[in-house]
Amino acid sequence: MQTPIIQIENLTTRYGEKIVLDQINLDIYPHEVSVILGGSGCGKTTLLKSIIGLVEPDSGTIKLFGELFNKADEQRYTHTLRRIGVLFQNGALLNSISILENVSIPIEQHSRLDKTLIEKIVTVKLQQVNLADSAYLLPSELSGGMRKRAALARAIALDPELLFCDEPSAGLDPLTSENLDKLILTLKEQFNMTIIVVTHELASIHRIADRIIFLDQGKILFMGTLKDAKSCGISEIETFFTTGSF
Amino acid sequence: MPVNQAQLNIKDQQLSISGKITHDTIPEIQKFLRKNKSISITAIDLPELEFIDSAGVAFLEELTQATFPGAAINNASEKIGQAIKTFSSKGSQLSPIPREPNFFESLGNAIFKARDALVESIYLTSEIVLWSFVGVFNSRGRRKGSVIQQCYLIGSNAVGIIALLSFVLGLILALQSAAQLRQFGASIYVADLIAISMVREMAPMMTAIIIAGRSGSAFAAEISTMKVTEELDALRMMAIDPIRYVIVPKFLAISICMPLLVTLSMILGIFGGLVIGLTYLDLTLVSYLNETINILTAEDLLVGLSKSIIFAWVIVIIGSYFGFKVKGGAEGVGRVTTSAVVASIFAVIFLDALFSLIYMI
Ligand SMILES: Nc1ncnc2c1ncn2[C@@H]1O[C@H](COP(=O)(O)OP(=O)(O)O)[C@@H](O)[C@H]1O
Ligand SMILES: [Mg+2]
Repeated sequence: MQTPIIQIENLTTRYGEKIVLDQINLDIYPHEVSVILGGSGCGKTTLLKSIIGLVEPDSGTIKLFGELFNKADEQRYTHTLRRIGVLFQNGALLNSISILENVSIPIEQHSRLDKTLIEKIVTVKLQQVNLADSAYLLPSELSGGMRKRAALARAIALDPELLFCDEPSAGLDPLTSENLDKLILTLKEQFNMTIIVVTHELASIHRIADRIIFLDQGKILFMGTLKDAKSCGISEIETFFTTGSF
Repeated sequence: MPVNQAQLNIKDQQLSISGKITHDTIPEIQKFLRKNKSISITAIDLPELEFIDSAGVAFLEELTQATFPGAAINNASEKIGQAIKTFSSKGSQLSPIPREPNFFESLGNAIFKARDALVESIYLTSEIVLWSFVGVFNSRGRRKGSVIQQCYLIGSNAVGIIALLSFVLGLILALQSAAQLRQFGASIYVADLIAISMVREMAPMMTAIIIAGRSGSAFAAEISTMKVTEELDALRMMAIDPIRYVIVPKFLAISICMPLLVTLSMILGIFGGLVIGLTYLDLTLVSYLNETINILTAEDLLVGLSKSIIFAWVIVIIGSYFGFKVKGGAEGVGRVTTSAVVASIFAVIFLDALFSLIYMI
């Protein structure tokens, strides 16, 4: 087996007194789609944000690409950020600029490409999330699902090596959701991306998941392949896979 | 990841690229091509290309379409070929850029907008006034204690700044006029001047401007944020009228607080004048106060306080009007907050001028 692209050891994160992540140990391997599962409020978003350094953990270490995420070394930090794409749970598009500009920003920030080329890349990205018709609209002029897709286009603008998606298909119709899954698989195939997805949609999990990480009350209840998950003998997980709910 | 590099070579009008074509390597390749501008390329050979990202695909497209029209791509591996197909921009096109309206269209739009704004704010005013009178007798659909809470936010928290500024304003006014009046031996009239100008004009106007800046902006920010985050819609769906729930408490609170704050401002302004009278003009405390009481009439006080209530209402209405009008997200909130403050200060000064005219006739 390859060396893990993300290594988490004894990660504990709390908000005030409340422990949200409790002694998490987790390895994520490259070129796989890992799905993080768990009930609402169990700490999935917090786990993602801890990995990418947006939430300061209380204790424990997190290594990305084999190194500690060190914000002090600015150049290295920027370089690491360039290899990561994040789709936030609420989209987090910049509201004052158009969709086109939102998707262009990471490319302008991290590369020295000229304008026509950037526009060409953005056009393809928007086409892939089916938003080419809305390029010049502002985020506030889109529906929730469209905003999600625009945010995904921004997250993949640089073809990152590591892609984090927090509930990409929440609020999308089944067909669009399926198309996004296809896109995720294409990205994995073509660019050898490592993708970490938080989702609850059984159909989607079956389409994309190589590996399942099941969180419960801040602890990892199960970690392994999809096949193993279905017959792991832990009742919560088996219930989820038969009924689709927690 | 191995090093990001592309190896380039030109032979027999054939450009061969191996290594990687990515965001990082494209500028390098462009530089190489610029150096070899004179050679026209007819084919791009990619036998040893390891990796291409979507920027690379877009770049290759640009090469074969614009830079070297008709150039062929040869010997790409299966995976690279697949990537070129998947991330091709063929068939994708953005919707056309929306047209900007020309001068006359913008002018027309502005006029219609101004008319709509007037109509809307009249509706809003009537609704606020209606619900406020209902609200005095019936507090359903309003949070318990919200009026008191608003009184605290609008009133108590502003006491310090208003007291201080009024005092300073009294000082300044008195100093400026004292120098002139003393030449004529009319020092005692400083008391008259301060009393009349503070009570009729300065106290109501200055208090209103401070409250517009402090609370008018807060109203606009609060309401617009609630609108952007769909809280207002949620209230409506719970059968709670947003105007009643959010604005009426502010309206009642400001109607109570404003006259009190203005009274405070009047007193502190006169006190400022008194300090100058006692120190700089050698007037006595008794004579100064006597002069002040004699010159002031009930009418002056009425004018000052009635103005203060009108200003208060203007501030609430303008603040809520802009709050409801918000478009977009965080930036929209900032914009309407600014607009609300500017508009309410303008309205206060404009109305004050209007009042002066009316009272003169
Ligand atoms: N900024 C915050 N401050 C305090 N508590 C928080 C914050 N963000 C999340 N929490 C709490 O942490 C827990 C996990 O939240 P989150 O990671 O967002 O859950 P989810 O699994 O639904 O993504 C929740 O109980 C939530 O109440
Ligand atoms: Mg979440």
